[in-house]
Amino acid sequence: MRYIDPHIHMVSRTTDDYQRMAQSGCIAVTEPAFWAGFDRSSAQGFADYFRQLTEYEPRRAALFGIKHFTWLCINPKEADDPGFAREVVSLIPEFLKCDTVLGIGEIGLNKNTKNELIILEEQIALAETHNQLVLVHTPHLEDKRKGTRIIMDALSASHIDAGRILIDHVEEHTVGEVLDRGFWAGMTLYPDTKMTPQRATDVIEMYGSERIWMNSAGDWGCSDPLAVPKARVEMSRRGHAMSLIDKVTLNNPIAFLSQSPNFKVQA
Amino acid sequence: MTDLPKTCPQNREQVINMYFLEHRAKLLDIAAFLDRIDRAQPGAVDGDFREVAIREAIGTLIDGHPHRAQRVLELLSDSTSEIPQSAHGMKGAAGAVKRQVAGAK
Repeated sequence: MRYIDPHIHMVSRTTDDYQRMAQSGCIAVTEPAFWAGFDRSSAQGFADYFRQLTEYEPRRAALFGIKHFTWLCINPKEADDPGFAREVVSLIPEFLKCDTVLGIGEIGLNKNTKNELIILEEQIALAETHNQLVLVHTPHLEDKRKGTRIIMDALSASHIDAGRILIDHVEEHTVGEVLDRGFWAGMTLYPDTKMTPQRATDVIEMYGSERIWMNSAGDWGCSDPLAVPKARVEMSRRGHAMSLIDKVTLNNPIAFLSQSPNFKVQA
Repeated sequence: MTDLPKTCPQNREQVINMYFLEHRAKLLDIAAFLDRIDRAQPGAVDGDFREVAIREAIGTLIDGHPHRAQRVLELLSDSTSEIPQSAHGMKGAAGAVKRQVAGAK
């Protein structure tokens, strides 16, 4: 069994997690830049974080044979102060030269504000200028449907091909619109606030397996770094073919991520 | 039974065999949660918007129409179109929307 977890925050996880993921068949992870659970006090804090993502984590993952890739941005939770956010965004182009960076992410909205939207649009422009893939965070809970629509409108106003953008954390009320507009969709297997393996399998049964993947989004909160292999078990016990299971947990991630020249894994 | 496309590889009996106990437990959790609210000390607000929302969502489960998960999520979603300037002073997501519903205060 081989799989990719295309959205997980390994900076928040222990080395034991890398070991367990490798033992479960994980061959690669991609790690978007995100909110650390507290607001950083300076842009330099982000520079250190970007160094951790591009220098330290690939080495830690490699100890277990896992390839580590990353995405860079200022996350929407800390983007509500445009002046501060622009200072952070100005750091990103230099880090885009690192050979494990796949694109800009996870950008998006948190509370669906104008300030967040301004920085989202500027980071979309950054991705467009540097020909980068885009990984999108959609808001939590009651804010998700409204925020997802605002985000999709902002993305559609750019010249980035929808096939180079993945909109993450979709649920039953957003997945159809995301796919209909040509974007890729990510389902996050996260206890309490997002999808269970059972519901994610239901979505694949209802919406098909094109342009869709699953991830754990494991982080510092209640989350499960083995959520993707557990979803594979859920699909298997329900009677789905191994080819379909491999498609949504391995081949689809490879197809999307390979649009970046920096993404290299053995298929 | 609805006329949804039959995209689940299992038949109805297999689905029920595999998932009944898991969802029986979740059903009992909801029942106990509502009992717990009834047994709780009086609070400042009766008919909290989240309690109202969960009771309304339960109605969705037994209305006989399909796409229940999608409709519950829509019921719990912000349907406004206003975009505030800043998140300053806002609380985190609550999971339901405070709105005017019969019984809510």
